[in-house]
Amino acid sequence: MDLNAAWFLLIWILFAGYAILDGFDLGVGVLHLFARDDRQRRIHMNAIGPIWDGNEVWLLTAAGALFAAFPPVYATVFSGFYLALMLVLFALIFRAVSMEFRGQVDRPGWRRVWDWSFGLGSLVPAIIFGVAVGNILRGLPIEADGTLNVPFLALLNPYALLIGILSLVMFVMHGAAFLAVKTEGDLQQRMARWTIGAWMAFVVLYLAATLATFFVSPFVFEGVFGNPLFWVFFLLLLGAIIYVPIANRARKFLRAFLASAVTIAAMIGLTATSLFPRMVPSSLDLASSLTIYNASSTPRTLTVMLVIALIGMPLVIGYTACIYKVFMGKVVITDESY
Amino acid sequence: MHLDPLFLSRLQFALTIGFHFLFPPLTIGLAWLLVFVEWRGWRRGDEDCVRAGKFFGKILGLTFAVGVATGIVMEFQFGTNWAEYSKYVGDIFGAPLAAEAIFAFFLESAFLGLYLFGRGKVSKGVHWFSSLMVAFGSMLSAFWIIVANSWQQTPAGYAIRNGRAELTDFWAAVFNPSTADRFLHTFVGCLIAGAFLMAGVSAYLVLKNRGAQVGRKTLKISLIFGLIVSLLALFPTGDHHAKQVARTQPEKFAAIEGLIHGQTRAPLTVFGIPSEEPPELKLDIGIPGMLSMLAFGDADAYVPGIEDLREAGHPTPPFVITFVSFHTMVGLGTFFILLTALGVFLLLRNKLYETRWYLKLLLWVIPLPLIACQLGWIVAEVGRQPWVVYRLLKTEDAYSANVTGGEVLFSIIMFGLIYLLLGVLYVFILVRKVKHGPELLPAKEAR
Repeated sequence: MDLNAAWFLLIWILFAGYAILDGFDLGVGVLHLFARDDRQRRIHMNAIGPIWDGNEVWLLTAAGALFAAFPPVYATVFSGFYLALMLVLFALIFRAVSMEFRGQVDRPGWRRVWDWSFGLGSLVPAIIFGVAVGNILRGLPIEADGTLNVPFLALLNPYALLIGILSLVMFVMHGAAFLAVKTEGDLQQRMARWTIGAWMAFVVLYLAATLATFFVSPFVFEGVFGNPLFWVFFLLLLGAIIYVPIANRARKFLRAFLASAVTIAAMIGLTATSLFPRMVPSSLDLASSLTIYNASSTPRTLTVMLVIALIGMPLVIGYTACIYKVFMGKVVITDESY
Repeated sequence: MHLDPLFLSRLQFALTIGFHFLFPPLTIGLAWLLVFVEWRGWRRGDEDCVRAGKFFGKILGLTFAVGVATGIVMEFQFGTNWAEYSKYVGDIFGAPLAAEAIFAFFLESAFLGLYLFGRGKVSKGVHWFSSLMVAFGSMLSAFWIIVANSWQQTPAGYAIRNGRAELTDFWAAVFNPSTADRFLHTFVGCLIAGAFLMAGVSAYLVLKNRGAQVGRKTLKISLIFGLIVSLLALFPTGDHHAKQVARTQPEKFAAIEGLIHGQTRAPLTVFGIPSEEPPELKLDIGIPGMLSMLAFGDADAYVPGIEDLREAGHPTPPFVITFVSFHTMVGLGTFFILLTALGVFLLLRNKLYETRWYLKLLLWVIPLPLIACQLGWIVAEVGRQPWVVYRLLKTEDAYSANVTGGEVLFSIIMFGLIYLLLGVLYVFILVRKVKHGPELLPAKEAR
């Protein structure tokens, strides 16, 4: 594997890490819109309270690493998705502060405002991330000189919207599976039912999306069936997605949650495998696509960054795991809770 | 109406970075003070310090949340609004941003969760360690972002190839000529902001006799700390930073000091009324030879002025805003030294807690260090214009050509409204938390 391919892998690992970790935060936020009472809502927020911030850093790291390793991809895609990304930013701002603000004033009206802001602040990114992936899979109108002009409404094509709904459903499944681990009694029952409901929607939408991809971007399937990695991810996905309802029914909620995490990882793995070595395919001419070779930083920068990542990420994973361990167990509301 | 995406993108960057930069100085300063307070609570079993830690920890959590929320924007904005810049400098500029995320953001946010929610769940030693990691992480974060900014000011360790700046020497790029001076001065500025926040809030607690025992303790700590860091902001960090600017960015130096014509025995302007095009300084009061002395250690040294640099073909930054921002910052810095020195004097005379006008004053000056930080940032950024990367890339060539003025206008309006709301709510909630005061009963610890 060359340096560029290593960075392709690392960028996708960072995005997958984000989807798995902040994915359940987003799912919890969406489920928050359907909560029954104040106690449930406080449990939602406190289930992710100590950890959501660290989870969101995965997104910042992925964006930073993309900037460092593949500057033209970062520049082209981020400016091309201008309004969509602005919406994500506004949403993430509201999500972040609503947890901090909600508990400060004990008035129903105040709390309702921040409940909505927390819920919508999670819903919007959950959909837009999928829409973005959908548009990349479909290919963007990148010209031969690397410029990209795409109106916002063109991003909202049916295929991308389908992927957007798919990612929403996936995060809801993941968030419900997480809450089932963190809660007890009625709420746990409810979350187990939500997990199954979202799981069914996910399976149907995933099949539909695969079929649609076959027609929209046939190039994605070229040569992948001969790639052993494709089959590894495919089997992982199949196993994990079958195991989610089994574990859920057996009330082994931690296992169901982990299976949901593997599902997300495998799905992202499949996407990355079928795109490789392209970062962003061009819908005008595949030859104009941004690839890991024509859109990368210099070997020196990629090497420096690799050293930084190889020193930094094991540390991050180490202390993050320790801190997760401290906050294992059911949510208990105390003075210091939100 | 023609909407200029360049102008709007600049405006948006100024708005988003300016608003964001209100919060990190407070969290960095407060976090380091809390490391000390929590240490006393843990090692000496000082109950007041434990209560102070909980009380100011909540303020830290609130400030941190707004800082994180507004900080995400920064990581995206280079790509969304400054695509040409990102392509040009990505080989160098992206690395410090990624390093910031990997080494600093993870550290501070993971341990902040442990610090805020982990009291009683982990041992006191681990809890103290989490406060240290929050402080250390926030400092590292400042370091890496200042590495990135300093490279824009004084690029090093690169070569221009393939139409972009390519990295040739990582350490030369990281420790470029302005990194160390800029980082130390900015970091000290952040510590002042934290000290003033703690001092002002503590003064309020003493004034209102609400948890006054806690307030007296944190007032003492923050005032002594505030005096030390205010002095450090002037010397050596401020002095060294100015000397470095004189060496590396003569255009900026001439503008901040108001030197129109180059001269030997250049005067240090203490006051003056600047005007633009042609750049002029009226009613100026200066100390002869002092600027040459401060900048180059020799009263007879030649300091180039704005006009000379222009004649030599080097564009100079907007004069009035750079000059006024710099002098106001210096004035505020001097005021911080006098104010904290007076406080320490009153403390030594055992009159501090009874001097009510002084305590009231402390409450009202909380925002001043933040204004000084903003002004310093304006000096750094406006003083670099018209360059986005000094003498390599102009700001006007750096924006995203594929984003329309209308789109940027929309996002500016949204950011403006959202940030106004956040600012108002932050102050509202901060005031509520402060009015609520620290817990009255001695803190109970689970372990």
